[in-house]
Amino acid sequence: MEMFAKSRNLIPFLLRSRKCCYNTNSTAAIFIQRRFDSVKAGEQLDLYNYREDFDRDDQHQQTLNFPGGRVPITPRMKFISELSEKRLPCYRVLDDDGYLIPGTIFEQVSKELALNMYSTMVALQTMDTIFYEAQRQGRLSFYLTSTGEEAINIASAAALTLDDIVLPQYREPGVLLWRGFTLEEFTDQLFGNKADYGKGRQMPIHYGSNKLNYFTVSSPLTTQLPQAAGVAYSLKMDKKEACVVVYFGDGSTSEGDFHAGLNFAAVMEAPVIFLCRNNGWAISTPVTEQFRSDGIAIKGQAYGIRSIRVDGNDVLAVYSAVRAARQMAIKEQKPILVEAMTYRVSHHSTSDDSTKYRCVKEIEQWRTEKSPITRFRKWIQRNGWWADQNETELRGNIRKQVLEAIQAAEKVEKPPLTDLFGDVYDKVPSNLQEQERFIRDTIKRHPKEYPSDVPL
Amino acid sequence: MGGSSFRRIGKLASISSKNQSCRGFSSTVETLKKTDQLTPTKSVNLFSAINQALHIALDSDPRSYVFGEDVGFGGVFRCTTGLADRFGKQRVFNTPLCEQGIVGFAIGLAAMDNRAIAEIQFADYIFPAFDQIVNEAAKFRYRSGNQFNCGGLTIRTPYGAVGHGGHYHSQSPESFFCHVPGIKVVIPRSPRQAKGLLLSSIRDPNPVVFFEPKLLYRMAVEEVPEDDYMLPLSEAEVLREGTDITLVGWGAQLSIMEQACAEAAKEGISCELIDLKTLIPWDKETVEASVKKTGRLLISHEAPVTGGFGAEISASIVERCFTRLEAPVARVCGLDTPFPLVFEPFYLPTKNKILDAIKSTVNY
Ligand SMILES: Cc1ncc(C[n+]2csc(CCOP(=O)(O)OP(=O)(O)O)c2C)c(N)n1
Ligand SMILES: [Mg+2]
Repeated sequence: MEMFAKSRNLIPFLLRSRKCCYNTNSTAAIFIQRRFDSVKAGEQLDLYNYREDFDRDDQHQQTLNFPGGRVPITPRMKFISELSEKRLPCYRVLDDDGYLIPGTIFEQVSKELALNMYSTMVALQTMDTIFYEAQRQGRLSFYLTSTGEEAINIASAAALTLDDIVLPQYREPGVLLWRGFTLEEFTDQLFGNKADYGKGRQMPIHYGSNKLNYFTVSSPLTTQLPQAAGVAYSLKMDKKEACVVVYFGDGSTSEGDFHAGLNFAAVMEAPVIFLCRNNGWAISTPVTEQFRSDGIAIKGQAYGIRSIRVDGNDVLAVYSAVRAARQMAIKEQKPILVEAMTYRVSHHSTSDDSTKYRCVKEIEQWRTEKSPITRFRKWIQRNGWWADQNETELRGNIRKQVLEAIQAAEKVEKPPLTDLFGDVYDKVPSNLQEQERFIRDTIKRHPKEYPSDVPL
Repeated sequence: MGGSSFRRIGKLASISSKNQSCRGFSSTVETLKKTDQLTPTKSVNLFSAINQALHIALDSDPRSYVFGEDVGFGGVFRCTTGLADRFGKQRVFNTPLCEQGIVGFAIGLAAMDNRAIAEIQFADYIFPAFDQIVNEAAKFRYRSGNQFNCGGLTIRTPYGAVGHGGHYHSQSPESFFCHVPGIKVVIPRSPRQAKGLLLSSIRDPNPVVFFEPKLLYRMAVEEVPEDDYMLPLSEAEVLREGTDITLVGWGAQLSIMEQACAEAAKEGISCELIDLKTLIPWDKETVEASVKKTGRLLISHEAPVTGGFGAEISASIVERCFTRLEAPVARVCGLDTPFPLVFEPFYLPTKNKILDAIKSTVNY
């Protein structure tokens, strides 16, 4: 049960900072978009157009008709600036200390939902800590955490329904956790045992769940973006009350598939939310060496996609923005781009040491003061919904469960040898049948060479 | 080299029409010094040998550049360590995360008479650049009637199994590129080979895809000359002489094959082992001469057997040595499945699989 909340009776801060200049002349029609018809976060649907004020010169001027539509003419030779004067602001609800920002408009969350989000963030954090440690001890071959990005994971997941289809990058296991993927399901994948849905074929963290509408993680970056447009087009044709949510990092936006995905979704009017986790880094490459635009959100407009930048470490802001995005995507049948600003607190993965290329102080600051979990906790505690003893209890419980899940998964045997040959095609073709026979013969000749934990 | 870029194109065209690289480099065999005559040497691993080659390439040619994802801080495999500090961020730099961009940019740079040494972080991620490599780099010279070329292009990329890479950190995609006239494909087996072959690839007046066996980056250690030296492309090397069967391989697979040869020797089978080094254009003559002597051929690679480069070698040798063959050509390769994580030991062409195939071929 969500109601609309306005923390103070002030003009929303987003509206305040913008002088509105499009509503008096004829060119305005180009910019006026259909308003989001709910009175909820749609009120915040002030559209930031990166166009300069051409309209003053152009007011009484003619237009030219080109194949793409009428374009006003101007006698002035004026280039669109490479950057707007001000950087695109970031939608925020909670300040650093977990107080509501005056004038902020957000989607109200119930105590139950708030506590659910909070404990799932803590669960994700705990999972990450323990799995990371397990990798360091050599029990897992690889791991990668979402540390610092718990709010993006959990609050975006909470803003969706289970019918919405998720195409992840790889730093979004919290979405699965929110959807009910169990700790055992996580550890089965991590250990590649016979209960792993991926049958031990992929590296750790490549989760996927058909039941939970979560496409299987694939290492090649950004491939999921154009796919998301296709999935969304199917939802559209089937008239589903659902959308697609596709996650990706700042680095991934440099791939050609980013362009393809956004452009296809816009042209095909596909209900997909593009959710960029702008965490400042792509392995060792900082965003300053990745692109020269003001981040990602502003790219949306060039594709004809409505876009917003939000504080990714603010649970309430992410939740509100994704809910609004979802409603617009479904009701208006079009893509929406959400750029969530955050920081990759962890090393890129267990194969990386990020102190080689960034400052430890910076990392520490984001780990502690700027942690989305800490900020949200302050808010729920201030509401009287949470106390220190709840915290101790919660963390203790989750820790125990995660450790148990690891121990259980470690003991489960590996998938059987037949799983090496299945699923390449719908049926095993004759060349693979022959190769399976060959392998079995080889094993008979050299049994010691093969792992004993793979059932034959 | 001053003047406008237009003039440079003119100069490039005239240089390339003589089919020579500029600035005094040449990959012709005569100028290659024998590695064993070089001193001093130092015991280094494969990534350090690559690193040395890149230092030399940048140092010896002011128009050379090294770039790719994360190369600025040294690269995820440390191959580019120290380069940005020494040669500056304008010649050694991180690129945006975009393989098609990296290769397209590199082709443009190379077309302007530069040496563009591009890194693709993993061979598994080379496919977004496939169009640039196959349709652009490979045909740049041919389609322009040699008015333009991008011969200064070298694409370095780590390939192969490491034990825990799963689908996307293990693949050996060399055969895709061996189907493309206009590029060269080179794969070194060791640190010393890596340095000499990489320098040749960089200085070769044709685009080269250079696959580095990432399993060996740290593992393989060898005495490597500290000087600037080059090893010839398109020249195979007989690593071990024998009379009963010829084994052909490249890269990391050679050490597995070498072990199989040693075991076979214990059972009285004399194997000849050949490192192909350059996959296209390949040294058929060396392989042919060997097979004419032994009458038997075995090829081994990690990539799936179907359509792997072993198929091409097998077909060519059957064409040339049909009457001399005493047994069918054997291929011990990866399976026709995606590269699997937990099943990796079953998937791989292991020493024992090779040994079995040696024996059954010899006893055919
Ligand atoms: C096509 C492709 N190229 C390169 C890589 C290697 N790689 C894996 S993750 C990564 C960085 C991704 O950064 P970003 O998209 O910002 O996501 P983050 O890790 O920050 O969450 C790179 C270069 C890859 N997986 N796929
Ligand atoms: Mg990132």
